[in-house]
Amino acid sequence: MLKDLYGENPAAVKIRDAAYPEPFRSGLEYNPPARGVWNIVHTGMLIPQSHQIFACAQGCLRGVILTAAEMNAADRMSWIALEERDMFEGTLETDIIDGAAEIIRELPKKPRAILIFLSCMHLFAGCDFETILTGLRELFPDIDFTDCYMAPTMRKTISPDAKMRMQLYSLLKPLPADPRSVSIIGCDRPTDENSELVKIIRGAGLRLRDITLCETYDEYLSMAESAVNITYLPNAKPAGDSLERRLGTKHLYLPVSFDYEEIRRNYSLLCKTLGISIPDLSEDERAAEDALIAARELIGDTAVAVDFTAVSRPFGFAELLCRHGFRVRYIFADSVNPEDKGAFDSLKKDFPDIEIRSAVNAKMLCAPELAPEEKILAVGQKAAYYCATDYFVNIVSGGGFYGFAGICALAGLMEDAYLHPKARREIIRLKGLGCESCL
Amino acid sequence: MKNYARIISCYAADTAGVCSALYEMGGMIVVHDASGCNSTYSTHDEPRWYDKRSMIYISGLTEIDSVMGNDQRLVDDVCTAAAELDPKFIAICGSPMPMMTGTDFDAIAREIQDRSGIKTLALHTDGMHSYTAGASEAFRAAAETFVSQCPKTKGIGVNIVGATPLDFSVNGSAESIENWLTECGFGISSRIGMGGTLEEIKNADSARVNLVVSHCGIAAAEYMLSRFGIPYVCGVPIGKKFSARLAESLWTAAQEGLTLFPCADRKTDSEGLQIIGESVFSGSLAAAIMLEKGKSSRVICPLDHDERAAAEGDLTVSAEKGIRSALTENEIDGVIADPLYKPICPKESRFFSLPSEAFSGRCFRKSIPDLINRNLKENLKEKDI
Repeated sequence: MLKDLYGENPAAVKIRDAAYPEPFRSGLEYNPPARGVWNIVHTGMLIPQSHQIFACAQGCLRGVILTAAEMNAADRMSWIALEERDMFEGTLETDIIDGAAEIIRELPKKPRAILIFLSCMHLFAGCDFETILTGLRELFPDIDFTDCYMAPTMRKTISPDAKMRMQLYSLLKPLPADPRSVSIIGCDRPTDENSELVKIIRGAGLRLRDITLCETYDEYLSMAESAVNITYLPNAKPAGDSLERRLGTKHLYLPVSFDYEEIRRNYSLLCKTLGISIPDLSEDERAAEDALIAARELIGDTAVAVDFTAVSRPFGFAELLCRHGFRVRYIFADSVNPEDKGAFDSLKKDFPDIEIRSAVNAKMLCAPELAPEEKILAVGQKAAYYCATDYFVNIVSGGGFYGFAGICALAGLMEDAYLHPKARREIIRLKGLGCESCL
Repeated sequence: MKNYARIISCYAADTAGVCSALYEMGGMIVVHDASGCNSTYSTHDEPRWYDKRSMIYISGLTEIDSVMGNDQRLVDDVCTAAAELDPKFIAICGSPMPMMTGTDFDAIAREIQDRSGIKTLALHTDGMHSYTAGASEAFRAAAETFVSQCPKTKGIGVNIVGATPLDFSVNGSAESIENWLTECGFGISSRIGMGGTLEEIKNADSARVNLVVSHCGIAAAEYMLSRFGIPYVCGVPIGKKFSARLAESLWTAAQEGLTLFPCADRKTDSEGLQIIGESVFSGSLAAAIMLEKGKSSRVICPLDHDERAAAEGDLTVSAEKGIRSALTENEIDGVIADPLYKPICPKESRFFSLPSEAFSGRCFRKSIPDLINRNLKENLKEKDI
């Protein structure tokens, strides 16, 4: 049994000693039982009336099939097993066309769209995806097909999550732009209706579109009418860029921020782009400030842990908390996003004793047993698991929160988490927070 | 026939079989893979993950390492982690990408063992086969590596070989097998599988007979038969009557040195109940139904199996289309299978739900029954099998 998380290949490092952008050496990776973050199957299911076909090795298929089964969507998932002989027979493309065609013919109802997923193996073997798509489009001209990827081996080039969010909109076709229509792109849950972002858009009489709000495939396709696409999660940015290149839709990247100046800048840019006047946000800012003060009063000196799955800028969020008197003890992150570097540097200088902990280092296997005995308030499932605490904010990917209202909401959730312990094990085991679950 | 499926699930992969087999032995198991193998395994294939921690990791294989054939990082990372975590042994195995690049796991294992001084096993998975292949190789490797000659214990000691949660879940079935053996007057020498420690496995030669409870255990039992002369009996003590027969087989095997397959000692009927699943468990269930109800049934095995564990007339077919055809070629009495098979079963036939972790993961874990040495009528959902 390990005594601590330090040693030759440490799983924990004080921020003052942490290297940017990767505080830890790479090595063997552990997988904690916190399952709330969405995977490519959850994301793909956002396209209404669509069906997914995965062509992969059995080991890779297993996870995606059971993701669909657990979310009660097994009827929207089919698969073609990639076998050893397929790699040597020169039939990679025809196997997929033939297999997919058989599957489609057996479906009780034809889907409007089919997402074909290939694996790392196909890409390494030089499989011609375009040939597959062309072949299927010829066979089924009334179905839209697109290419999707389960290629974690290539994760250093583009993360599978970012790639999936990009492909999620690849079926949109050019439509005449509607200047009264704006889309939020790349989110896996609706943006908080209380956020200034949504209020500004709706308040200007504009139509807000979001894949998470689409109930039909036609509604999804109509997202191409939007004159402006907004992204605010780092992993969604490639999706916005791609749509700008492909459809010519103006892309506004307004990243989630916990810095008041940046939040104001984002809203200023939004209003300028939409051609509307900037509302007075001083009340919203004051509300965020008051919420943080109230939360600090309640939570006091209790140790706080923040993880990267809860918020896209864990260092920025930690800095906001530290500047408001919270005692942030741990940040769980294996890398520092360039957008978060300013906060990382500030914390390094002003709060050097904060400990960064890896979420994947092999020694993290023992982290729950090595968790300190004091009460810890965690923000995020991985932080809750590793700190062995039932006092946690249960969100992933920012929870749909944004702007000053987002800060208010997070402060409120922290208060609630501080007061009301949760059934940690039962909650964090569920895949894809917000999706249906058969468990 | 190309293996595709419109709607059914697929079985856990060979990598999961390796991890599941070795889980409780105190080793460090490393799957040479980019990302998904461990999250899939720990989410869907491994119910012990939260409560009983085990050193199971992925290597974090990258595109550049694959292209450049850089195995050194794997060797370095395993040795570094082993030095800090002090495992009792190390096992490495592969996923699809290393298969494609021709990774030499035997050589890598030797290098790791030389550097770390820790016994290292190379297992030859590629993520393209089912868990039975991986678990079989892992159990056999454990037996070959760790079991050494030792005196027999008094009475008839039995090794329970091949139990993993993939076939038995964590519903008390593994413990029920131990209790049943004890009630029958056998001693338990070791558990090569669930519940077993490396220390007891080292003394497995003290047993007089092996009870092989899944296909995954046959290869290890074959090794112990050839190396130590321990005979084995293949079957799962399902239902009261078949359990009694299995106990008799264990006595006979121990006393006469015979290897027996009572799970295959039954008649089949392609129009009777169709039992879809792992060969030893399903065969035992079919035998139990025959003994208790006088009804013949047929096993449809979508996995690797040993011919000796199958009865004449049982069927091996893995593709969805093939299974659907097998279920519709005759008018059948009903189907006993995991609920994720239900969409391809004839609508008019009866369906008896018997979930398997190896197929549906944790979806129906709460309703997986413990059938060990219990009356079938009371423990399978339908009363009229």
